[in-house]
Amino acid sequence: MSERVLDVENLSIKIPVIGGMLHAVDNISLHVERGETLCIVGESGCGKSLTSLAIMDLLPKKAIRTVDKMSLSDADILNFSEKQMSNVRGNKMGMIFQEPMSSLNPSFTVENQMLETLSRHRNIVGSKAKALVVQMLEKVGITPAEKRLRQYPHQLSGGLRQRVMIAMTLLCEPELIIADEPTTALDVTIQAQILKLMKDLQNDFNVGLIFITHDLGVVANIADRVAVMYAGQIVEEGSVYDIFDSPSHPYTRGLLSCIPVPGKIKRGEPLGSIPGMVPSLVGDFSGCRFSGRWSVADEQLEGADIRLVAVPDESNTFKVNGSETHLVRFCCQDCLKKSYNSDRRKAN
Amino acid sequence: MLYYTLKRLALAALVALTVSFISFGLLYLSSDPAIAMAGETASDADIEAIRQLYGFDRPILVQYFDWLQRAAAGDLGKSYYFRTDVSALIGERLPTTMTLGVCAITFAILLSVPLGVAAAIRPNSIIDRIALFLSVMGQALPSFWFALMLIVFLSVSLRLLPTSGSDTWLHFVMPTVVLGYYAAPAIMRLTRTGMLEVLSTDYIRTARAKGLRPPVVLFKHALRNAIIPVVSLAAVQFGFMLGGSIVVETIFALHGAGFLAWESITRNDLPTVQGLILVFSLFYIVLTFFADLINAWLDPRIRIK
Amino acid sequence: MSNENIATTAVTKASIYTRFTGHQGVMIGAFIVIAIVVVALFAPVLAPHDPYHQNLLTRLIPPVWDSRGSWEHVLGTDHLGRDYFSRLIYGARISLLIGFGAALISGLIGTIMGVMAGYFGGRVDMVVTFLITVRLSMPVVLVALAVVAIVGGSLQVVISVLGLLLWDRFAVVMRSSTLQIRSMDYVAAAQAVGCSTKRILMTEIMPNVVNNLIVIATLEMAHAIILEAALSFLGLGVQPPLPSWGLMVSEGKDMMLFEPWLITIPGVALFLLVLAINLMGDGVRDITAPENRN
Repeated sequence: MSERVLDVENLSIKIPVIGGMLHAVDNISLHVERGETLCIVGESGCGKSLTSLAIMDLLPKKAIRTVDKMSLSDADILNFSEKQMSNVRGNKMGMIFQEPMSSLNPSFTVENQMLETLSRHRNIVGSKAKALVVQMLEKVGITPAEKRLRQYPHQLSGGLRQRVMIAMTLLCEPELIIADEPTTALDVTIQAQILKLMKDLQNDFNVGLIFITHDLGVVANIADRVAVMYAGQIVEEGSVYDIFDSPSHPYTRGLLSCIPVPGKIKRGEPLGSIPGMVPSLVGDFSGCRFSGRWSVADEQLEGADIRLVAVPDESNTFKVNGSETHLVRFCCQDCLKKSYNSDRRKAN
Repeated sequence: MLYYTLKRLALAALVALTVSFISFGLLYLSSDPAIAMAGETASDADIEAIRQLYGFDRPILVQYFDWLQRAAAGDLGKSYYFRTDVSALIGERLPTTMTLGVCAITFAILLSVPLGVAAAIRPNSIIDRIALFLSVMGQALPSFWFALMLIVFLSVSLRLLPTSGSDTWLHFVMPTVVLGYYAAPAIMRLTRTGMLEVLSTDYIRTARAKGLRPPVVLFKHALRNAIIPVVSLAAVQFGFMLGGSIVVETIFALHGAGFLAWESITRNDLPTVQGLILVFSLFYIVLTFFADLINAWLDPRIRIK
Repeated sequence: MSNENIATTAVTKASIYTRFTGHQGVMIGAFIVIAIVVVALFAPVLAPHDPYHQNLLTRLIPPVWDSRGSWEHVLGTDHLGRDYFSRLIYGARISLLIGFGAALISGLIGTIMGVMAGYFGGRVDMVVTFLITVRLSMPVVLVALAVVAIVGGSLQVVISVLGLLLWDRFAVVMRSSTLQIRSMDYVAAAQAVGCSTKRILMTEIMPNVVNNLIVIATLEMAHAIILEAALSFLGLGVQPPLPSWGLMVSEGKDMMLFEPWLITIPGVALFLLVLAINLMGDGVRDITAPENRN
């Protein structure tokens, strides 16, 4: 029996910059169930990190967040005051960041930094708290825990630090964890270990996980559902199988074609890539966000066995092959026309 | 950490030696130290007596090593003007200056650290502008003039504080302010810059993401890291206060080492001047040495491995 | 350009001129400094009286805003009947001369040492760093006082002593700037092409460290001016009857309770000059190298 841990509707983030207003994130909606992993995929600058900060209400002061609905399990955190939000952060909702090297305070021991979470949210101190911390460190695979407790962050490797971060986030048994590219800065072998660890822990604690990444290999590994972000919008979402089996948005297809698969790609053939650059989203952006980014691979969309059914009340949004959960979104009519000729589109 | 300390110690010793040589040599800038000390009205016999007494007729290097040897044993010679041992003289006056210095640096820190923190929390706000304004003003204010203005207003117009002497703690109020305010701008700016940097680090973001309360984030996590360079600066500024104490003590007639410096310089009491330069320099050296150590100790990245 | 880049990059492509005129601090500072320089240059023309002329009949006349004052002596007279306004104007010359002179000498010494240390590294660097540490360990005020006492006080002596003592910041900053520049590619390119050391120093390194040099020069100028004022105040700087502002304060302090203008006027002048120079220095730093703020 899964319950919805996070529900976000129509989140937009605008940042005033020199030159106008940057529309960093444009009307996106997300939801995560308990025990489920939602992967947000996209290239640098698409707004995925800002989205996670928006959920935690940790955006920089200049940023303007507008959202219709934001609830954590049953709590409506949209209108929470800063005080209420600080009770939620680290407690019901935790976050793991990309750079383990700099995410821990260099002046305090591991023990100190972990204990303060417990004393802040659960009022547990002393030996009882220490026992819990030791237990958690062992759960994330750090043994001997006692030795590491007394150490300072600079004495730990990147992988160890990330484990500490994970342990710290799990201490109060949160309902939701947002992980912003937690393995990007680690070696590939360590990456694999950490991913497995996170997946195991998710099962143990039945926590909802939002995993942000630009690496589709990681997505294939751990995701239950996927949301593909491009230029501040979610262009495609669905289960991990849907996305990999029938990618419906040219951007998704482009991302997939970028992964060189040994065997499939011939020597001497150019690696797949998405041409062009992310457009500037400053000012009243009304043009096609995807212009200039079409590639040869996308021509094949015509031949793909994809049926689109329009979703009422949402412009340019379609259900793929009739599925309620697999949706694709186009920024404008041009993109739609270029992707699919009118035979493929069936009005509702 | 031990190796670091030893290295620093060796360097400090070398610097001390060099400074001692320079401060010794400075006094031979005058063509004849004996005449300088005796004064213009002294007779030839007097001058010769001084020359013999202080051994000015020997080669300079011999004089230096002799002086160094005795200085290492604590004997800084005899003051010509005060007719006592220089070491005793300095020893008697130094506590007053130290007291003044400690009060002054405390005053400076209590004034500038909170201001710097407040300015960093709200950059470009009113308080930030006030802090920067005060720091710019403070750096342009000549201390001797500030002292006189304070005397005119507080002692004379308002009759709040005594003008001179060192009997009660009230006598130390104005000197503390005059000596301390000059260190405040630098400390404020460093605190502000340090806090601004630290507040934008990843680990502060983590602290917020953990739901820690703002005072905890600010004081436990941020300030702890931002304060490290400030401690060094405060130690160095404390060292500078010895120089500043000359002006302050002279204006307020506080009988400390700074006043002694002025007295002995204006009376060409060379042995005392030599002794003072040495003592002041050694003090700086020791102070910066400890500042380095504290700096290293405060940062676990240097302290451990 | 990605969105994050837009958000963090300053779009100003304004020229140096525009950035200067737009910076409040620099403009105010420059205006005051230029005004004082002009006044000092045209002192003989602007001063209504001879600053050295004593007249015991006209001693201690208050400035014009006091009821007993008059326009004859706009800023009053001192204890020897000398016109304060004229002395103030000529005093500007002294402060400016000290400032420029000391900054020039210390700038030369410090820059040469710093650039050598930064460029050649190794032993040279070690020696220079050691010398800087030695210099920093010496109490400047005390040493300056002692030297002036021994050698005798005069304008030249003060400029020389301050010049020989205030080079440390120049050395430190020039050294780190040079180190920074030296590691950049275009220096390596020049070396690869075979340029002589001297040529590299002149054409590659110097133009790029000039910003920092200007900033430090202004700060040390202000520092020298304040120091000279303090030395003269203590009687061990410029000697009477020269109208050094510090000396004027010292001469006036015995009468400061009843004739406060004697100390307020030169004090304010000092404060303004030093403030203006500091504003300029800060401003130049803000414009050319905001990352060095401290």
